[in-house]
Amino acid sequence: MPENVQPGDWVRIHIVILPARARAPGIPPDTASHPYDGWINGWATEKACIGEQTTIRTPAGRLVRGTLAEAGPGYRHSFGKPHPAMLAVGPSLRKLLEDGEE
Amino acid sequence: MSYAEIMARKNEILHRATGLDYREFSRGPLAFDYEAMMERIGYAPDELRGIQAAVGVGNTPLLELRRLTDAVRRISPKGKGARIFVKDEACNPSGSFKDRRASISAFHARKKGYRGVIAATSGNYGAAVASQAAIYGLRCIIVQEVFDSHARGQPEILEKGRKCEALGAEVIQTTVGPELFYVLLSLLDETVFFNASLYTPFSIAGIETLGAEIAERVRNLAGRDPDVVAITHAGGGNVTGTTRGLRRAGCHETTVLAVSVDLAGLHMASDNDFNRKSFTTGHTGFAMPFTTWPDRVDVPRNAARPLRYIDRFVTVTQGEVFYATEALAQIEGLERGPAGNTSLAAAISLARDMDRDQIIVVSETEYTGAGKHPIAQLNFAEEMGIAVESGDPQQNAPGRRIVIPADLAQVSVVDVDLDRLRESYVRRAVQEAGRMPEEHEIDYLAAETRASAERVRGWLSMRSKT
Repeated sequence: MPENVQPGDWVRIHIVILPARARAPGIPPDTASHPYDGWINGWATEKACIGEQTTIRTPAGRLVRGTLAEAGPGYRHSFGKPHPAMLAVGPSLRKLLEDGEE
Repeated sequence: MSYAEIMARKNEILHRATGLDYREFSRGPLAFDYEAMMERIGYAPDELRGIQAAVGVGNTPLLELRRLTDAVRRISPKGKGARIFVKDEACNPSGSFKDRRASISAFHARKKGYRGVIAATSGNYGAAVASQAAIYGLRCIIVQEVFDSHARGQPEILEKGRKCEALGAEVIQTTVGPELFYVLLSLLDETVFFNASLYTPFSIAGIETLGAEIAERVRNLAGRDPDVVAITHAGGGNVTGTTRGLRRAGCHETTVLAVSVDLAGLHMASDNDFNRKSFTTGHTGFAMPFTTWPDRVDVPRNAARPLRYIDRFVTVTQGEVFYATEALAQIEGLERGPAGNTSLAAAISLARDMDRDQIIVVSETEYTGAGKHPIAQLNFAEEMGIAVESGDPQQNAPGRRIVIPADLAQVSVVDVDLDRLRESYVRRAVQEAGRMPEEHEIDYLAAETRASAERVRGWLSMRSKT
């Protein structure tokens, strides 16, 4: 069953700001070969399914039309594991500071 | 509207969105009256401080890094090892010195009756604009370059996007490309909001208070002027505004040290290179082009003119900045973000060769957290196939290898030849003007590069021979 969003749900839309052929002149080929894409989070103004064209109301109050990309978008950036090269920094500095102390 | 249509209306859109008619300051195709432009904002230094104090911006602590200074002295020649201080700008409302820039723009936008503010930035500035907009009851849109074509987001920019939304802003996140400017212009055209550009005189004047505070606090604490102020350098605003504030406060002998992370070889508009860097600002990818041609920005004339202010320019490696970040946390108890720690890495290196009674000030810190933290950046770098190791930072290779110094003595700077940048600036100016400069324009180029008119003529004659 397609995932539905209801009016008022916090959602994410995708817009193609510029297709690859309409991009700025003079950009590197690895960039120019892709469309210039954008994503905006906001509140759904109507019922919609992922992949459908829909309109959101943004936090700045604009109505923006795009493809529904995600329902309930969140933040997944994190930390992860500390790197051994970094874990070594503190002890080596503390050793430097302790050398010669009473 | 198409890319070409919007770009053709650039000046009209920007005039309405800043209230500044840049034609007023123009002195022909090449020169413009910089100081007249800076004065046009209409706020005196005391007013700027008042505007900022009213919203909790500025007056951040100046902290002496005693343990770090002690550690540096242990690896320095006898009698060497300057006192290292840092201005803890992370204490500003949104966590960085960028609040100083945003505060004046937002105050001015409110006063002039704009309904909202817009900024195109992937940096801390977005959060600063969002925060100030919230304070003044303005709507806010932030446009960020975040993703490569595989929809992989730089963790630091993802965090900044989160923060902007947390502060009530609409955030438009794009893939890699210089068309960010096109999006900005389209939005300004559609909304009639204020362009809270990083590069207006409002933004730069807002940083002058930082330079003034550094001068005052160092004099109060140490009874002398700072010998060196280390300033992380990207678009040139930080160097320009901080130095203007220092000079206004009478610090004429203080050396202004610009510091950037060395990302040589990585192209800023390249989809492939975009996520192969662990720093999203304060790096040479911005610093070199903006120093040699400041007017590549989202306003007709950039109020940030770094060559007018830099005394010395050095680079450090990504690994050295990560090391400085870890050192600050581990022996000074300050967990802070990457931008300020770029100049901290340079300060560690320079302090070794300075006398013990001398003072080097790191001009800023910034907040850190998920995405921004070295742990997040190093994990992301490894996912992107970049080697991370402990060793000699001279083995660092941007986009391929990050080397965390194995000991403090390995932290060092590489000097950038300022004369080469000055010459490059002069060549570009002539290219943009489409003709050789007239006599009064040579004086302008001399002021822009802080070189003698004779030297400017020398660079121009070399150009006419080639």
